[in-house]
Amino acid sequence: MSESQLAAADTTPDGRPLGGTLMEMKNITLRFGGVVAIKDISFDIREGEIRAIIGPNGAGKSSMLNVINGFYHPQEGEIWYRGARRKAMKPYQIAKLGIARTFQNIALFKGMSTLDNIMTGRFTHMNASLFSQILWHGKAAREENENREKVERIIDFLEIQSIRKTPVGRLPYGLQKRVELGRALVAEPSLLLLDEPMAGMNVEEKEDMSRFILDVNEEFGTTIALIEHDMGVVMDISDRVVVLDYGRKIGDGTPDEVRGNQAVIDAYLGVPHDD
Amino acid sequence: MSPEFLYTIEVIINGLMTGVMYALVALGFVLIFKSSGIFNYAQGVMALFAAMTLVGFQTGQIPFSHLINAVLGTSVHHFGWHIPSFVAILMTLLVMIAFAWLVERYVLSHLVNQEPIILFMATIGLAYFMEGFGDLMWGADIKKLDVGIPSGGSLWIEDLTIKWAAEGTTFYGWYIDKLDITAAIVAIILVITLTLFSQYTATGRALRAVADDHQAALSVGISLRAIWVIVWSIAGAVALVAGIMWGAKSGVQFSLSLIALKALPVLMLGGFTSIPGAIVGGLIIGVGEKLFEYSIGPMIGGATENWFAYVLALVFLVFRPQGLFGDRIIERV
Repeated sequence: MSESQLAAADTTPDGRPLGGTLMEMKNITLRFGGVVAIKDISFDIREGEIRAIIGPNGAGKSSMLNVINGFYHPQEGEIWYRGARRKAMKPYQIAKLGIARTFQNIALFKGMSTLDNIMTGRFTHMNASLFSQILWHGKAAREENENREKVERIIDFLEIQSIRKTPVGRLPYGLQKRVELGRALVAEPSLLLLDEPMAGMNVEEKEDMSRFILDVNEEFGTTIALIEHDMGVVMDISDRVVVLDYGRKIGDGTPDEVRGNQAVIDAYLGVPHDD
Repeated sequence: MSPEFLYTIEVIINGLMTGVMYALVALGFVLIFKSSGIFNYAQGVMALFAAMTLVGFQTGQIPFSHLINAVLGTSVHHFGWHIPSFVAILMTLLVMIAFAWLVERYVLSHLVNQEPIILFMATIGLAYFMEGFGDLMWGADIKKLDVGIPSGGSLWIEDLTIKWAAEGTTFYGWYIDKLDITAAIVAIILVITLTLFSQYTATGRALRAVADDHQAALSVGISLRAIWVIVWSIAGAVALVAGIMWGAKSGVQFSLSLIALKALPVLMLGGFTSIPGAIVGGLIIGVGEKLFEYSIGPMIGGATENWFAYVLALVFLVFRPQGLFGDRIIERV
């Protein structure tokens, strides 16, 4: 099948090198009481790629992202990360493994400035003792400065210098989305999860965001898994696409392959389901 | 200057000093409410417990001596040593941190995602438990707390101000308690430290992050449980400071825990979510009740200090329910 063909090839459709498997979801099933949100889904994420998860509303996309970052724990299935099976972990422990994310409905720290918000993204990299922090001595002071430099670099990269000190609650929607991307990005994640990074944006904002996502992938080599509704954008920027519908996987492959998949076309056009 | 004017200034200064003491208690509430949405009814009892523990350590009391004596038929009560105040304060701080850890581990961790009212009920239970536990551990008698804070009126201020009065008038200078001055200085240092800590350290930012959005905080690698232990520890440390100041002022006894009630109007004025609000709220209540007692009190029979704060808080509830500095709650319909 197309999936195995691509796994064998070591470049993306546009010729960039692809690494080994970073994460593999094996037969994941997630239930909430009697409702099955995800049913027996398997797919992999390879190092350096942009992997899109698409599907109609209620297909289980967000649930899948929440499984990856540990907000939800699947009842069945295995998650393999960097060649080892990942046991059930808390979201903050998973963040320490190098998995960062953004949220569908922006989850920023509203009362804090852009700078402080992005600084929290460095939390997993700061381990001076509480005592050292209280005395503002030695390691804590040094760490604060080092991490501040990284934050400034991300601020430059995302072109948000002018809003550094603004409380994010006052920023327009598009900029908030960008700050949230910055907070996830500054953690230098091995896997970056983006939950509808372009939801609610106008055309111009979408173009900016697409460019940032591609730049992140190219410049930092960050592996990205994203959920997005805008098909044009998805097909443009992603290397491989997995399609979900009613909690099942109905397609997986390059954008072109997925576009031609009859099950995918049916799902989007609303052909009645058998079950 | 006329004596009346000088008296008024004196009343205001004393009001500010009392206000600082109220603010100290209110601060503990705000810290916990901001980060976890819990109204900690036990804050006042924590101050009492901290003060009792401090006195116990200082005077070398044997913990649970009544219980030991009742069970074993012995009559032990003191180790027979005295521990220096500074060491005893550090030991008490450790006890408060251990207490914070136990609360998180055995109470809060079982109540994650519960309604605020349930968490509030849990803190009421905690308050009664601590009150009884404190009595069992250290005895219910009234204790004297002396950690070497100077007390009594400052003669220097009295001598200085007595000259300010106009010739030929009777004025005895300002009476300002040295204990109140110390409390004010300590409170100012405490607030500055807390503010710097929350602004410029990783853990401080994490505290603010958790106060803003739990899910987002988790997603950047912040452990909510670790933060709650830290917050309760800080609240315990603030309770210790309040316990020391109030204990030195009016003795360590059950009524110390009731100062928490005075923190309520302070919080209604300042807002439950603002540290500067707790300070300003405390100062307004302190000055307000002293000025009211001084100017209106004599006309209506005095003793207005008992109720003035609550009436002021009621007025605020009607016209500005979120307090002076609190977050306005806007619900989308």
